[in-house]
Amino acid sequence: MREVDLQVITDTIREMCIEVNHNLSPDMKKALDDATNKEESELGKKILGQLQENLVIAKEEMIPICQDTGMAVIFIEIGQDVHFVNGNLEDAINEGVRRGYVDGYLRKSVVDDPVIRNNTKDNTPAVIHYSIVPGENVKITLAPKGFGSENMSKVYMLKPADGIEGIKASIISAVKDAGPNACPPIVVGVGVGGTFEKCAIMSKKALTREVGVHSEIPYVKDLEIEMLEKINELGIGPGGLGGKVTALAVNVETYPTHIAGMPMAVNICCHVNRHIVREV
Amino acid sequence: MTKYLTAPLSKEDCADLRIGDYVYLTGTMYTARDAAHKRMIETLDRGEELPVDIKGQLIYYMGPSPAREGRPIGSAGPTTAGRMDKYAPTLLDLGLGGMIGKGKRTQAVSDAIVRNNSVYFAAVGGAGALLSKSITASEVVAYDDLGTEAIRKLTVENFPVIVVIDSKGDNLYATI
Repeated sequence: MREVDLQVITDTIREMCIEVNHNLSPDMKKALDDATNKEESELGKKILGQLQENLVIAKEEMIPICQDTGMAVIFIEIGQDVHFVNGNLEDAINEGVRRGYVDGYLRKSVVDDPVIRNNTKDNTPAVIHYSIVPGENVKITLAPKGFGSENMSKVYMLKPADGIEGIKASIISAVKDAGPNACPPIVVGVGVGGTFEKCAIMSKKALTREVGVHSEIPYVKDLEIEMLEKINELGIGPGGLGGKVTALAVNVETYPTHIAGMPMAVNICCHVNRHIVREV
Repeated sequence: MTKYLTAPLSKEDCADLRIGDYVYLTGTMYTARDAAHKRMIETLDRGEELPVDIKGQLIYYMGPSPAREGRPIGSAGPTTAGRMDKYAPTLLDLGLGGMIGKGKRTQAVSDAIVRNNSVYFAAVGGAGALLSKSITASEVVAYDDLGTEAIRKLTVENFPVIVVIDSKGDNLYATI
């Protein structure tokens, strides 16, 4: 058994919040570089150029890449031989988010109740997904999610008879509906299988996969490649103002499901697809 | 066409703008997003005056991140305009000069733009650090308790926007 001091979890999450909101990961930067080379529309090229300039300013001057610094979504994988000491885990995570958002001059975008809507003023609470895994390590993935693109995401309860064509049609439909609202070029996270809630969580997790890395399942990899091509044929383009580059990646995760169903979710993320991983 | 205009815009400027025009705005504008719009409409419903005179002014749908010391504002890109569609026609009919945001609008908003010779611009979504460099001053003028959603008066210099809906009712997104 290994003891992990919760202060370390708090400190780590604080640092992750600040880093991820100012410095886009190398996979996303490369995807934007490639997009700039591929884009043919003049306005599209101009917008992609501005997005690249934006990243440089964000990093050098410590101004968040986007003013919507998101609701903090955290996937935490906890080794079953870990024993946390010095408090409770959920409080430690939220304290890390609080310090990150307050100390890092990040926007506080969370309200305490979906109807009454008072801002909590420290961006807590986070949305936390826990999983227990073998071993004695703790792996934290932080993905702050902006709501311009979150609002354009969808769950579809498809039937088995809809097959892979149904999955393809649903992805295209979600991306078309999102249009300019989701700040294209987007990254598309897809979860297929499981249950109503499982597919939604998988679609979020799919966004944290490195852009450019495909599924190891051959048909899923083919689906990812085909969907990226089809989405980029829609012509929505950077900023929704027309062009060849509408999406940077389509990441699909799957899970076993019930004989009667094929649930799927499409979680759309803007070009500021923030994800960061730390192991404690 | 690329244009350099003074904000707030004159009615003649609005009438001359066409979809796809790339415009650099210099002058002043106000920020307001979801919570401020809800409160403004509630204020009007009670028959009271708005806390700022919106006649002829531009509203930028934006809630900034906090400013670091010595800076006027933090990251400051547009939010999705469609969430303000429920409120925008009322404000346009009261004389609001134009709006800056990103994303689609309803037909009701487009009709109100035509009716009032107004304009809807898009700024580049997700370029908040870059856009903040065009903002030289920022002051909360109403609803301070709303935090990032307060109404701010911004001073801007060559703030880049694109005409998406013009006073004839043409829509740039619809042409794509």
